[in-house]
Amino acid sequence: MVSAVAARRAGTDSTGVALLRLAAVGAVDDGKSTLIGRLLHDADQLTEDQLAALETANRVRGQSGVNLSFATDGLRAERERGVTIDVAYRYAVTPRRKLVIADCPGHLEYTGNMATGASTADLALVVVDISKGLREQTRRHTALALLFGVRHVLVAVNKMDLVDWNEGRFLAVAEQMQVLAGLLGNAQVQAVPISALHGDNVVERSGMAPWYRGPTLLEALEETPTSTVATEGAGGFRLPVQSVSTRSDGSVHIAGMLTGGQLRGGDAVVVLPEGRRTTVTSLATLSAPVPSALPPLSISVTLADGSRLTRGNLIAPAIDPPPVGRDQLTTVCWFAECPLEVGQRFLIKHTTKVTRGEVVAIESRLDMKSLRLTAAAQLRTNDIGVVRWRLADPIAADPYPHNRVTGSLIVIDPETNATMAAVMVGTPTLR
Amino acid sequence: MAHSGPASGLEPTAPGYLDVLESHAVFVMREVAAECQRPALLFSGGKDSAVLLRLAEKAFQPGPIPFPLLHVDTGHNFPETLEFRDLRVSQLGADLRVALVQDSIEQGRAEDPGPGQSRNRIQSVTLTDAISRGSFDACIGGARRDEDKARAKERILSVRDEHSRWQPDRQRPELWNLYHGRVGIGEHLRVFPLSDWTEIDVWRYIRREDMALPSIYYAHQRQVIQRDGMLLAVSEWVTPTPPEAAQWLSVRYRTVGDATLTGAVRSHAYTIEQVIAEIAESRVSERGATRGDDKFSESSMEDRKREGYF
Ligand SMILES: Nc1nc2c(ncn2[C@@H]2O[C@H](COP(=O)(O)OP(=O)(O)O)[C@@H](O)[C@H]2O)c(=O)[nH]1
Repeated sequence: MVSAVAARRAGTDSTGVALLRLAAVGAVDDGKSTLIGRLLHDADQLTEDQLAALETANRVRGQSGVNLSFATDGLRAERERGVTIDVAYRYAVTPRRKLVIADCPGHLEYTGNMATGASTADLALVVVDISKGLREQTRRHTALALLFGVRHVLVAVNKMDLVDWNEGRFLAVAEQMQVLAGLLGNAQVQAVPISALHGDNVVERSGMAPWYRGPTLLEALEETPTSTVATEGAGGFRLPVQSVSTRSDGSVHIAGMLTGGQLRGGDAVVVLPEGRRTTVTSLATLSAPVPSALPPLSISVTLADGSRLTRGNLIAPAIDPPPVGRDQLTTVCWFAECPLEVGQRFLIKHTTKVTRGEVVAIESRLDMKSLRLTAAAQLRTNDIGVVRWRLADPIAADPYPHNRVTGSLIVIDPETNATMAAVMVGTPTLR
Repeated sequence: MAHSGPASGLEPTAPGYLDVLESHAVFVMREVAAECQRPALLFSGGKDSAVLLRLAEKAFQPGPIPFPLLHVDTGHNFPETLEFRDLRVSQLGADLRVALVQDSIEQGRAEDPGPGQSRNRIQSVTLTDAISRGSFDACIGGARRDEDKARAKERILSVRDEHSRWQPDRQRPELWNLYHGRVGIGEHLRVFPLSDWTEIDVWRYIRREDMALPSIYYAHQRQVIQRDGMLLAVSEWVTPTPPEAAQWLSVRYRTVGDATLTGAVRSHAYTIEQVIAEIAESRVSERGATRGDDKFSESSMEDRKREGYF
């Protein structure tokens, strides 16, 4: 017993531990809070005083025992109103994974907060109440997560205890999610039948569903490949230049965070947007010089020709550079209160570069129900649509599905400095 | 470079999770250094800020850290922490500014809570004044989201208004790694590069980097009293009032804050390996064990953050 518990928590050794970022989504009352509480509790990540605090909180509300869903609501307004407004981050460190759990709010009006959690996630953990079936809100969340490029969808088919652990109903929901994911992008879908309330198949394997042979939810999370390997190691490397410094020996060092693929000393590269070709003469991680490096490390490099480099440049392989242009066709997730219309001008941030951009055309709006593009003249708060931009400076941008770093932009209000939109290069991959 | 190319057979292994956390934190600091006009890094000599300083050192090496360090000094210090602070400052040749809570009290900006009472809460006044005096538009701090449920909600770049207030219902969306450092006149950013680190990550990083820390983070003999469920060190501010009795115990600290309010834990962990083993076993959270200031209510951290607290 004791050893089983200890084995779920972080040991003293950190080798072999990989970081997995996940966005937890689900319709209100489907059991997301209970599930996260259950996961942390059964994986032995909650401490005595956190448990005691939960008991106290419940006593104040006239309930008894530990209600695991209170492990997650952070702000007073949220506890009082019983809704999640903003993303809350939770952490679990097991011997195989460090999980960064972004607990995302469900209400439409907080789409910007949900996007905050989904934009960096490798995996979407989608909670579905089996007794209610797949709901409109859940479809919308899942679609949004897919749009933001999660590679994996893990469906927690919850409250199986309410339907007598009926296999047919579980398979039907799993199938519906498979179909949904098939409409948008190419994420892998996996479903696990659980009861968050009773702890079945979350961390402990359940005897209630002998027909289910797959992993528990925690096992599924631990087996998901992490972003470093799965989504960033495949293509050509990209190095957005964060800063340039000249050392006392005259050498010019470029600092930045590597993305897209492996960079090697000696690689033939191109400096964008200018297009000047040169080679990598040396590279170093934060700790030591290395012959090559993988994403997502922060590195510094020197080039054979390090002249005229500035922050905001992008270094890419000479044979496989991203396209460069001022005209960008994009998918916009609009958060601001005023509508987005043709002719408006904003600040735009792409990688480490800030420029200006004007809306040239609003091509269409994505109907989140049918997942079809329909004609639109403007985008309202929390709409998603296809927008054509003309930027003040050319940028080197990949299609978003190829690279989430070089394929993404944000729109900044030049007056208030608010972040108004998330922008992905290219149109959504709809089927 | 002679050893480059696939022929060398030296394919790099996938970065470990500490490398990923480190690279991200450094990325955040470099973005802030590039986008903000006058950043400052909060450095108290505690372990989280020691990690922050180490990251800043690595982010800008071999150059100097391109911003000053700021210490909001309550006056209730552990001498070991101040020694460590000054040692690191001189090693790095850093520019340290100290803002004294005592000055805020003497200038009538903050009310003295009385001898031996915690100055934790009134630190916010001193910090806010120091920020406006220094015209800092970004303050980099070592807070982590795993410490508290209000912190769990905070952005990595978090906007504060003219009064240093956090407005949790008006946070900017924070997408991908596209951190933007623009703020309005009078506003500033609080920046938390260690947001996604947990206590054990911090200790594993300290081990990996072979970092020095104030000695009080390791087990030592100390005269303590039991008060409000905490072990408080006997000092010029904390003395036993009967029936309390002082006793010598083997203890260490998990966090170091205002000495009147920071509890020690019983420990025999004399080395970093022993500390990490102890944390891996512990069922008590860092704040629960040692911070009297967070125990009062479910919302005490949220309230203090709304007032400008770190
Ligand atoms: N029967 C049953 N009830 C559950 C289960 N999981 C959650 N619930 C209940 O469903 C309600 C909503 O759960 P909560 O976690 O607050 O939902 P959220 O709004 O998605 O965070 C609560 O009353 C839970 O006790 C489950 O597996 N089985």
